[in-house]
Amino acid sequence: MRDAAGLTSASRAQRQPRGGIGAAINASFRYWSLLPAILIFAALTLYPLLNLMRMSVSTIDFVRGAEVWTFTPLRNLESLASDDVLRPAVVNTVVFVAVSVAFEMVLGVALAIAVAGLPRAKRIVRTLAILPILVPPVAIGSMWKLMYNYDFGIFNQALVAVGLMPVNWLGSTSIALASVIVVDIWHWVPFVFLILFAAVEGIPPDLIEAAHVDGASRWQTTRLVTLPLLRPAIVVAFLFRAILAFKVFDEVFLLTAGGPGTSTELVNLHLYKVFFEQNRLGYGALLSLAVIGAIVAFLLVSRRAALAIGRKS
Amino acid sequence: MDVATRGSKVFRGGIASRVGVAFALFAIIGPFLWILTASFKHQIAIYAGQFPFTPTLSNYVDVLAGRRSDFPGNIANSLIVASTSTALVLIAGTLAAYSLHRFRWPAWLGAGFLAWTLVFHMVPVLTLLGPWYVAFRELDLYDTRFALVLTHVTINLPMTVWLMRTFLREIPPEIVEAAQVDGCGPFDTFRRIVLPLALPGLIAAGILAFIFSWNEFPIALTLTSRATATVPVAIARFAQQYEIQYAQMAAAAVISTVPAVILMFLGQRFIVRGLTLGAVK
Repeated sequence: MRDAAGLTSASRAQRQPRGGIGAAINASFRYWSLLPAILIFAALTLYPLLNLMRMSVSTIDFVRGAEVWTFTPLRNLESLASDDVLRPAVVNTVVFVAVSVAFEMVLGVALAIAVAGLPRAKRIVRTLAILPILVPPVAIGSMWKLMYNYDFGIFNQALVAVGLMPVNWLGSTSIALASVIVVDIWHWVPFVFLILFAAVEGIPPDLIEAAHVDGASRWQTTRLVTLPLLRPAIVVAFLFRAILAFKVFDEVFLLTAGGPGTSTELVNLHLYKVFFEQNRLGYGALLSLAVIGAIVAFLLVSRRAALAIGRKS
Repeated sequence: MDVATRGSKVFRGGIASRVGVAFALFAIIGPFLWILTASFKHQIAIYAGQFPFTPTLSNYVDVLAGRRSDFPGNIANSLIVASTSTALVLIAGTLAAYSLHRFRWPAWLGAGFLAWTLVFHMVPVLTLLGPWYVAFRELDLYDTRFALVLTHVTINLPMTVWLMRTFLREIPPEIVEAAQVDGCGPFDTFRRIVLPLALPGLIAAGILAFIFSWNEFPIALTLTSRATATVPVAIARFAQQYEIQYAQMAAAAVISTVPAVILMFLGQRFIVRGLTLGAVK
């Protein structure tokens, strides 16, 4: 018999017989090595998922600190139907994801190609590009809260200095969502840049030179040689961003918390408010399940799309 | 197209891309400089939009040594939670990645686990905060650092498993097999042979896990109160008060970026690899 590790019984016999715990740990390693991760994931994701289903058909009240569960399967569905905030939250989330990811892709790809063409200073750009990805999103929210401030923010100071009217960047219903999207673009262009820069650096220079020798202009080379070669990396970066953009919460919570009105309300912010400001755990669970379902559906569809694109290229 | 116009086009493209890169660099650094200067201004100087201004350390003194400031405690909480959860996620994640790579598991368990980590990684953590809140209250773990450590291990586990998987795959199987033929048990092989070879991966995953835990906000916001709050929660409190404490918020935010700045210089190689590996492979 060969086990999965590829050990033959002959090589097993060669093993020095060592008594006690060490031998037991070794003998059973094959079985317990996966255990910690499985236990953590079962306890903190699978069990909560099942609990979500139970919560979604219940109403949970807190009576003197104790939870009281009542089985009310229809009540949460009724809440869903009468939720006035959900619609703007979904619309804003879709706009947020679509617009910010589109800008992040275009700017990130352009920056990667531009930096790759520089004679030097590539490392400095790469070093600085890491910074927005690593600092706490809450700190990013703080920075932009200072810069967007109506009275003393840098944008309004600049506008006033050239004789224009100050703009209420975060307080006006028509501009707030755009302001928040700008922050996300600032945050994540560096990420797209990092992925695409690695891909650009992987293109054999001969290919580019050959195009130049054949008389292609810089723009033609980029469009007809570089970009097609980058397509797999572009697809991957796009999928990463499209899915992770849904997870945005911290910066928007700090900048506007969904306001003014519902103009920057996002699905995640709404979830937070339903759970922890309105204390509607049952309805929040129903919303959570809907969000998880939507993400899984998106994953399945995008996997197909990615496979299709991969086949074409 | 004659040679002259083509030449000028190539030239113009070069200049345009240089200007673009310069602007991008300025755009990345600008917000950092703005909050850095704000953190050295009195609240009044911030309101007046003064420039130039007399720099003051008072915000940092207020935040770090003020008598009513919780911030030193917040930093301690963040350091404890981030380092503990990083150590635990490295152990659990590396063991799992090695196990999935080396041993044969039934598909529902092996492939199922990997697929489920991927799905969980893409689902907003807000969806699980409700059941976590309920469960930790029932277990009397609400408002403890332990609960925060557990949840941070959970959110960093997918990244760690997938990252370590790609690093472990690069280890030549002959080395592992040779060790086993020499009589080294499976666990000893893992500990003495595989782990040292996987060190770059452990550093990359460790840096990212620490940073993500240090940065994590929504879980800490909902599962902690004053005594166990972490740095991001404290910054949000400055920003959410009725009268926003801009000066202290700025100082606290600048302090919160210190780990990222240090690691950016020390671990750049590992971070870039860690961030781009999943995408390239």
